[in-house]
Amino acid sequence: MNSIAQRLTRPFNWNTDWIRDLFLEDKSSTFAADRKFERSLEASNIVTDNLNVFIKEHHILKSVNLQIPENKITCIIGPSGCGKTTLLRTFNRLVDSIEGVKIDGKILIDGEDIISSKSEITNLRRKIGLVSQRPCPLPMSIYDNITYGCRIHGIHGKKKLNQVVEHYLKAAGLWEEVKDRLHTPAVRLSIGQQQRLCLARSLAVEPQFILADEATSALDPISSKTVEELFVKLKKEYSIVMVTHTLRQALRIADYVVFMYLGEVIEAGEAKEVFNNPQQDLTRKYLSGAFS
Amino acid sequence: MSWEMISQLPSGGFYIGKEGGFLNAIVGSLYIVIASTVLGLLISIPVLFYLNIYLSQKSKLAYFARLAYDVLFGIPSIVYGAFAFAIMIFFGLRTSLLSGIIVITLLIIPVLIRSMDEVARDFPREILEASFSLGATRLETVKVLLRQIAPGIVTATLLAVGRAIGDAAAVLFTAGYTDTIPTSLSQPVATLPLAVFFQLSSPSTEVQDRAYAAALVLTIIVLVLSVSGRFITRRFSKNKVK
Repeated sequence: MNSIAQRLTRPFNWNTDWIRDLFLEDKSSTFAADRKFERSLEASNIVTDNLNVFIKEHHILKSVNLQIPENKITCIIGPSGCGKTTLLRTFNRLVDSIEGVKIDGKILIDGEDIISSKSEITNLRRKIGLVSQRPCPLPMSIYDNITYGCRIHGIHGKKKLNQVVEHYLKAAGLWEEVKDRLHTPAVRLSIGQQQRLCLARSLAVEPQFILADEATSALDPISSKTVEELFVKLKKEYSIVMVTHTLRQALRIADYVVFMYLGEVIEAGEAKEVFNNPQQDLTRKYLSGAFS
Repeated sequence: MSWEMISQLPSGGFYIGKEGGFLNAIVGSLYIVIASTVLGLLISIPVLFYLNIYLSQKSKLAYFARLAYDVLFGIPSIVYGAFAFAIMIFFGLRTSLLSGIIVITLLIIPVLIRSMDEVARDFPREILEASFSLGATRLETVKVLLRQIAPGIVTATLLAVGRAIGDAAAVLFTAGYTDTIPTSLSQPVATLPLAVFFQLSSPSTEVQDRAYAAALVLTIIVLVLSVSGRFITRRFSKNKVK
């Protein structure tokens, strides 16, 4: 009932309290607005169980079994076209928008199977922030970029939104640079700033996970260093999964490494283990630069 | 051209060169154009969202819809007028402001949709994904698309207004012509292009001069609209992601 009430009323940004009262006996709210600033502390975890993804007749991911630990940085490495990005996009079901996609198997996030049709996709995506390869600000002001997600999830009120904007811009290390021009268009920021804005934007909807798809590859060395440091700082509170092409980056910040090749997970484990003592032949070859 | 021409209604003997003006045509044209542009936007913006957010890019429906709008775009306005006229006869309706508005709306919908669509198709998919990944539904993403293509909407509206205000053939049978300003939707209404048409065919030179004045007024209205459109476009495009 709760989710139906929410789904019915959400697109209009109405004050939904009275509708909720109509539907619900249990008044303890599960609305995002009320959960604000009291993040659930229960274990956040991604587990994939025999995950297969097909796009048309191509078999993109082949029986992927993974466990992504919480509050760690997990780096997914591997040559181009091995399905890293697809894996990442399956986690928040962005792959659904690709034509002819078929997902097989299970992905459990906090014990909930997200592939089954029952799970609510918008809630799932709220739980999982995504930072894409190219920074992609929404066509709005900096302020509106941050508050866009909050407004969708039912946080209103100027005071609260102001708080949110300040809090997350500080978290992304952008506050000092933009505090005087919050209402200028976001596209006027530099690329590095835009990427941090995108990060702040995804943090603002209170996710538990952050997916980063080569988040630093479009940035200059200094900006990418800033973003990297940010990730390291953020891993205390979030579980971060990142795809990276640069092994050096993975070496620097990863706690946990997944090596993929042609849609299969070849090796996964602690970063130190995988880098210093790879068990598989392919991994050894890849790490030594035999192919890329 | 004088002030009287644009501030007065036609009085007795107007069409043999006596005094009076064509305020009725100016007001009538504006009525029709404003009403049909608003109606047209109300219809075409949802269609645009459906084509661009809800349907995938390779969708057959979207392809055929675009083809159909292209065809409709190219149909001469007299055909719209004649078609509407046939329907009106079938229902026993008389020329009126309402039918003029409806026909002009039908006339500009393909213009609006196709020109907005050209802009919306360039809409970066990443922005859609960024919005989805924040947990937005497709309906909520409309706001983002609207922001991004705002300049395109202004341009399309200008194009449509240009076509709507300059069109004589579609309103000839449907809106009719009258010497008064209509007070209800069921009365006939005069339009500027028809004012030019009818006055130019008069033998009297005074009346013909007024036809040229009416043509000038028409041109000035379009000019003012497009200049103001330019300014509005600039204001709207500041947030645009390139």
